[in-house]
Amino acid sequence: MGMAAENQFHVLAVDDSIIDRMLIERLLKTSSFNVTTVDSASKALKFLGLVEDEMRTYDTHVASEINQDVDVNLIITDYCMPGMTGYDLLRKIKESKSFKDIPVVIMSSENVPSRINRCLEEGAEEFFLKPVQLSDVSKLKPHLLKSKVKEENEQPIKRKGMEETQSPDKTRPKVSI
Amino acid sequence: MDHLHRKLRDHEAAMFQQGYLDDQFSQLQKLQDDTSPDFVIEVMTMFFDDSEKLLNNMSRALEQVPVNFKQIDAHAHQQKGSSASVGAARVKNVCGTFRNFCEAQNLEG
Repeated sequence: MGMAAENQFHVLAVDDSIIDRMLIERLLKTSSFNVTTVDSASKALKFLGLVEDEMRTYDTHVASEINQDVDVNLIITDYCMPGMTGYDLLRKIKESKSFKDIPVVIMSSENVPSRINRCLEEGAEEFFLKPVQLSDVSKLKPHLLKSKVKEENEQPIKRKGMEETQSPDKTRPKVSI
Repeated sequence: MDHLHRKLRDHEAAMFQQGYLDDQFSQLQKLQDDTSPDFVIEVMTMFFDDSEKLLNNMSRALEQVPVNFKQIDAHAHQQKGSSASVGAARVKNVCGTFRNFCEAQNLEG
């Protein structure tokens, strides 16, 4: 990568609801993140430079060149969106060579255990129940620091990181009344 | 001015007490600060605009023959989501009930 180390992490937030975009942006900015919001999964892919069909025909070298100006450290996305869902987006990201290591967090207003498990199994780092709270956002930094270390050292992450994604805590969504 | 401030505070307290607003609204207020001094107003304004559109869409959908419950349910789902996000508790609860009617295809409800 080699871009100048920034002090702030850059989060890409994806949600079709304008209200929720405003909320997540405020939550993230309050927590000192740089934020870009988009209203659909396809726009998220465009922003990342991962345009669907074309991705298949380009080799990774070209793909990473397109992305040099875009440095996203974490993607947080709503699950229920028209067209491509957050789950579809998650899969596309995990399938891509350039972005599979970027932590992805899923948000949903609905507490459906099978949905939550599916997302976590597909590689989502966290699943937040909406409305998202500041306490949820504070859980993001560890994932980001972990990725940053990985990036800088180009070494496999300690096993601790892997265990974390399978810990039961993640499958118990936060319930706020 | 003091008098107006007091009135506003009382009104707000009443909204909480009567269940129109819940804790999520307090969360919104906490997110407002000097760097984002109009946050609550901006979000609530957007909420009202958005709700108005959704309600119009729902009315139109209800007038269709035959009624497309799926579509109405989708609007209600959106409305429920945004009202939950801003702390509009009563609206959120009504949406829940409304969605049950949609599921049961209960036009009277």
